[in-house]
Amino acid sequence: MPNPLLRIEHLDVTFDSTPVVHSLSLTLHAGETLAIVGESGSGKSVSALGMVNLLPSNASVQGERWLGDTNLANLTETEWNTVRGNRVGFIFQEPMTSLNPLHRVGKQIGEALRLHQGLRGQAARERCKELLEQVKLPRPDELLDAWPHQLSGGQRQRVMIAMAIANNPSLLIADEPTTALDVTVQQEILALLRELRDHHGMGMLFISHDLNLVRRHADRICVMYQGRIQEIGPVEQVFQHPQSDYTKALLAAEPEGRPQAIEHTAPLLTARQLSVSFKRPKTGLFKRQPPAFVAVHPIDFQIAPGETLGIVGESGSGKTTLASAVMRLVTSQGDVTLGKDKLSALTGDALRRHRHRLQMVFQDPYGALSPRMPVFDIVSEGLRFHYPHLTTEEVTQRVNQTLHEVGLPESCAARYPHEFSGGQRQRIAVARAIILEPELLVLDEPTSALDRTVQKQLVALLRDLQARRQLSYLFISHDLAVVRAMAHRIMVLKDGEVVEQGPCLEVLSAPQHAYTQALIAAAHLTH
Amino acid sequence: MASLSSRLSPITRRRLSAFKANRRARVSLWLFATLFILSLFAELIANDKPIIMQYDGQWYFPMLVDYPETEFDGFLPTRTDYLDPFVQQQIDDHGWALWPIIPFSYQTLDMNMTRPSPAPPDSRHWLGTDDQGRDVTARVIYGFRLSVAFALALTAGSLVVGVVVGGVQGYFGGKIDLIGQRFTEIWSGLPVLFLLIILASFVQPGFWWLLGIMLLFSWLGLVDIVRAEFLRARNLEYVRAAKAMGLPSRLIMWRHVLPNAMVATLTFIPFLFTGAIGTLTALDFLGFGLPPGAPSLGELAAQGKNNLHAPWLGITAFMTLAIMLSLLVFIGEGLRDAFDPRHVQQRQAGPAQETQHA
Repeated sequence: MPNPLLRIEHLDVTFDSTPVVHSLSLTLHAGETLAIVGESGSGKSVSALGMVNLLPSNASVQGERWLGDTNLANLTETEWNTVRGNRVGFIFQEPMTSLNPLHRVGKQIGEALRLHQGLRGQAARERCKELLEQVKLPRPDELLDAWPHQLSGGQRQRVMIAMAIANNPSLLIADEPTTALDVTVQQEILALLRELRDHHGMGMLFISHDLNLVRRHADRICVMYQGRIQEIGPVEQVFQHPQSDYTKALLAAEPEGRPQAIEHTAPLLTARQLSVSFKRPKTGLFKRQPPAFVAVHPIDFQIAPGETLGIVGESGSGKTTLASAVMRLVTSQGDVTLGKDKLSALTGDALRRHRHRLQMVFQDPYGALSPRMPVFDIVSEGLRFHYPHLTTEEVTQRVNQTLHEVGLPESCAARYPHEFSGGQRQRIAVARAIILEPELLVLDEPTSALDRTVQKQLVALLRDLQARRQLSYLFISHDLAVVRAMAHRIMVLKDGEVVEQGPCLEVLSAPQHAYTQALIAAAHLTH
Repeated sequence: MASLSSRLSPITRRRLSAFKANRRARVSLWLFATLFILSLFAELIANDKPIIMQYDGQWYFPMLVDYPETEFDGFLPTRTDYLDPFVQQQIDDHGWALWPIIPFSYQTLDMNMTRPSPAPPDSRHWLGTDDQGRDVTARVIYGFRLSVAFALALTAGSLVVGVVVGGVQGYFGGKIDLIGQRFTEIWSGLPVLFLLIILASFVQPGFWWLLGIMLLFSWLGLVDIVRAEFLRARNLEYVRAAKAMGLPSRLIMWRHVLPNAMVATLTFIPFLFTGAIGTLTALDFLGFGLPPGAPSLGELAAQGKNNLHAPWLGITAFMTLAIMLSLLVFIGEGLRDAFDPRHVQQRQAGPAQETQHA
């Protein structure tokens, strides 16, 4: 075997005397993709950034690091600058923020060329155009002069890739390059990366939490847990015969099972011709008002008691807007009826009194809990408002009971949200919603910010609550594996319109619409 | 329940420790607090009446009760002038009196002066007298108290009005925001100084008049900050969660949005405070401020300007203002840093390393 491109031996990373990565050793050959897989906090990003000295000053990195014949451990800061961006290229997770919004695309790519190759003017422009063609962006001539905000997320990520490969690096580090993108776009980007890798003979370090992606796009895989390598080996070997317990748990973490079957009764929630549109601003003082932007086209649906309706779609398809319309948090047209009450006719105080009957759990477990309130106050707030006659003891009892029901110890009532992990926070958010004993719970991507193993636990909790309380769910997700484990029926949204709906398993096994088929193909559902 | 809410949140505790770690701010706060608390008891420190006295075996409290001179075997049935040599002689003969450290109040004219006023500092008048023969030390003590009290009242008032107006605009947005913004823009265009000068020509502006007029305008600076914070916070998920829970707007604003806006607002307060002191001093300096005779630092500065041959007047006014404002700016800086998350992290990194070595 030839000399490896990248050789790391016993890498230790320490933040303020707290060790984060322990004795990490790995090698990467040219033309190979090595995936580092782990859950959040496992140290996968930190080790990649630590290899190339991109960590903040309070981190210290020890261990041998070789890039080809260069000893990375002894480089000075100026020598680093000739390595990074030149021999090592980076792609980061967030395409929305990693481009400078005040520079045109061409200038941002050109900067790397100017710094490392001294290309300027027409020569740099030609090379930029060539790079944009390589990353398969349409109309490269026009895009060179586009602003970042004019591009979609996938296009921006392609620009980022063009910047990363501008100087023909020998090593490409991709840190969750597709996590912020829709599933169908993910596939295109990963195919592009693979093609570029083969074309340039680069070594690729691919960091991801998504086992499905890794399985299809990596040659070798390195599983990390709490800063230690659990297992390293060829992809098929790790997937077929996992050695460590952690890898086995990770592989088994796909949400499974099905919700309990329901009897068909009168619907709990009925939406008729529900639609949402937003006014567009006038472009000039004397211009005519442009037609409103329709976020959700008129939709009819029903949810029975104890039933879960899954809503599936990519970003921008109007899933969250639809949920807000059901919750009456945005202005909408059409009727929403809950039980016998027509919610869409109510406003102000009258609506507020009905609010405890339908509750919502939000996507971001970090943003949905007020950081300045202890858990007890967060959970009991709605209870104290809707039932002011309850005594302090009764409230405390209800809070403890609810916390117990979502699987949290009573002792956490006095603590603040920042002391909890993402999964625990989501449990607190569920507790806050169900303490009011709602009939309908709207779940807006409740699992998408969580690790797979935590997702599985939350899905189990939600199904359990549903069975015990006869709760109805409106479950929004882009993740088909989670939807399959939760929903009785699903509704596929695209650009605010329903393209397909029906019983969950039927739609997933025999999709009718082309868009649904593409979604299901991209998701690569197992079993 | 009470024990839960009385517990400081970890964020507050972290900020407190960050403030404490800033030595300059901490010392300034202590100094300023000591000076202000001392000045609250100005009547016990600088007064032209004894605090307590015994005369012919009887107790007297001249500070609280006005006694006629006949009480002390004088001739006039009017209020006793305790600085009168005759009265002092009588008290010495028939009992004793406990005097404040500085036996002059802010408007006591020293009738026993042997030198023309303004008189330079000596053991009788520690900072000299002004051009009307009043003790400068006494006037500085009372003037400091008045300035700080004025600034406190003005800051508190502006805070309430500014947060309410900015909060309503930011939280509801839309038309309310649009109309409110235009109104504040027009309102902030009114010339405050001219209004005060016009006012001074037909009423005698006292403490409350000045406070009222200034309050009409001083809240404007806060509106933009509070509005921006509320605009940002109203789309946060926990605010939407509270809405979905059915809480009324006022509760959401009070419990969920305001605590977030308070960080930006609190950072602004020290500068509002120093601004209020500066404005009051400037108005007094120009003669449009507090009524004549009131103990004011601006009036002292004006006297210093008019009596260049008596430099202790100008120097005293300058030093008092400079020290007071510097202390406030240091405290403000400390507060701002304590509320800035990046500064907190830097400070925390420091002690962490120390403990490692220990």
